[in-house]
Amino acid sequence: MSAAAKSERLLNLLIMLLVQRHYIAKDRIRSILYPDSTPDGFEKMFERDKEELRSLGVPIEVGQMDAYFDDEPGYRIRPDEFALPEIDLEPDEAAVVGLATKVWQHATLAKATTEAVRKLAAVGVDVDVAQLEIAQPRLSADEPAFDAFWQAVQERTPLAFDYLRSGQQTPATRHLQPWGVARYSGRWYAVGYDSDRQAERVFRLSRVQGEVRRDGVPGSYEIPAGTDVRTIARRLAPAPITEKVVVLARTGAALPLRRAADSIEEDVTGPDAATGWDRLVVTRGATDMGDEVLGYGPAVCVEEPRTLRDHVVARLREVTP
Amino acid sequence: MNRPPAGAKDQVARLLTLVPLLHSHGEMPLGAAAKALDVSPAQVLSDLKVLFMVGLPGGYPEDLIDVDLDALEGPGGPNAEGMIRVSNADYLARPLRLSPTEATAMIVALRAMRDGAADDTREIVDRVLAKLEAAAAEGPAASRIDPGVDAREPRLVALADRLRGAAERHVQVRLTYYVPSRDEESERLVDPRGVVTANGVTYLDAWCHSAEAPRLFRIDRIAAAEVTDRPGETPVEAPRDLSEGIFAQSDDTALVTLRLAPPARWVVEYYPMEAVRPLEDGALEVDLLVADDRWLLRLLLRLAPHAIVLSPPEYAEEFTRVTRETLALY
Repeated sequence: MSAAAKSERLLNLLIMLLVQRHYIAKDRIRSILYPDSTPDGFEKMFERDKEELRSLGVPIEVGQMDAYFDDEPGYRIRPDEFALPEIDLEPDEAAVVGLATKVWQHATLAKATTEAVRKLAAVGVDVDVAQLEIAQPRLSADEPAFDAFWQAVQERTPLAFDYLRSGQQTPATRHLQPWGVARYSGRWYAVGYDSDRQAERVFRLSRVQGEVRRDGVPGSYEIPAGTDVRTIARRLAPAPITEKVVVLARTGAALPLRRAADSIEEDVTGPDAATGWDRLVVTRGATDMGDEVLGYGPAVCVEEPRTLRDHVVARLREVTP
Repeated sequence: MNRPPAGAKDQVARLLTLVPLLHSHGEMPLGAAAKALDVSPAQVLSDLKVLFMVGLPGGYPEDLIDVDLDALEGPGGPNAEGMIRVSNADYLARPLRLSPTEATAMIVALRAMRDGAADDTREIVDRVLAKLEAAAAEGPAASRIDPGVDAREPRLVALADRLRGAAERHVQVRLTYYVPSRDEESERLVDPRGVVTANGVTYLDAWCHSAEAPRLFRIDRIAAAEVTDRPGETPVEAPRDLSEGIFAQSDDTALVTLRLAPPARWVVEYYPMEAVRPLEDGALEVDLLVADDRWLLRLLLRLAPHAIVLSPPEYAEEFTRVTRETLALY
């Protein structure tokens, strides 16, 4: 069968269900649109056609034809459910809409925004992107698991997946009712109800290993009213704890630390006389500070806090006892 | 068995947008409609031929949608200048409602724009959001997808925009760029080619006149960028495709083998590896191509003591030497 014949059938089905005010019986649909089909063939084709229209977003309703005979299902599409509601955009608003198509650096979502703008343009909105000065953010989502979680959040589908926690060596299978996804410090997290731990949890999507599996049917759980994914992600994702750190840096070295410094005292006495030294005071997350200081090697030396100084020394000693 | 051809669904989706487009414009040249839908005029013509065959379920000629196909067929194929006229299709006059993914993707994109916008544009974005949220009746999912805000982002977003603009106009840019492996800032004159993203990091791709070679500059390491009026001196080129990873094109590289203890395993998520071999104790043995020795040294120091060099030996010796030198400060 050609694509054109199939398109014709889908459109005829859509129009038939859209223009009638009442439910249309399956028999009638069959006799008009699938006249040459066998009963089995009709069932299969009709099921598939309905699913394809639904996957485009066409709302096909199923209902009873007659209150007295409940064995006969009927179908219809309500025009007010089918059509895009009136959207009246001012020129500056239309320009913003046009720019929004460039935000996603993710194939599926970039396509979805382009499709949305086409629909808006089809009702006469003049989308002109050239006339507005606005900073355009770029949203990327490189995590392979992102699509599955995005979909599950839309449909409320429970998921099962293998997850490698930081510091662990083997992934564990986890079960989640996803409530939402949130980007925090450039990374995407899923937020939801962990049915194994019976508590709300966040998962960093980059740590999800392999395929994400559906673990139930769409709509099989409720999301607690007032769920704020941003707040939950911030609360449960490893939070940056900041403290005051004092380091000595060789003259001209450690530029990022200098740029972030609260204060710099120049030309102080340092641990050696090979170069000049400056004293920098920085407020930083304590967890990452060890890594950062170590990265500068012999150009930076920690003074305070004592814990950080000891931490750095201990790590270096492990390399060269 | 009747396998549904893959193109049918797309074709129906296009027609459900094309009919309203024609309805709101009255009539439209074939070429303009093709452009609006981002397909060829020939594709629009075959879409219209499908439309010509459908209509109300009565089966009478007057039930069918009327398309004037004669004006659209030229002697050598579709006539892009030909006017499309469609009638008898009022019930398809409005486009299909936004799908949940379309509505959500739009709203989340707009919220990301809102966070980076100046006050006057933020007000416009808010108006659009209000209208779209009202139109996307079933879009509560959008409120549960949070694009996040980064304190540094507005500056970087504006910077990326300026650099993108400079690339489009082919003018030179003077960069102050921080090189972490050398821990120094350098001044470069570049011919920008474009702004590209890989693994969540945004880069300026440009011809660097200091290096006399194309270079990628991380936007977040550009301390200052002065866009000049001088046209670029190198041929105009599209920015490179980073989907294969950013180290794919280096040539002067050494193959280094590391042993990564579990706390350092994250490295394989962040940098392209030639090979990864799990060891019995949960550690990994990895081979990676290193273009810059100082980059590797810095990585090893950051990971200390969880990464060691298995080969080549000179890298291991250098790491030990620098570690001793650092320890001597304490």
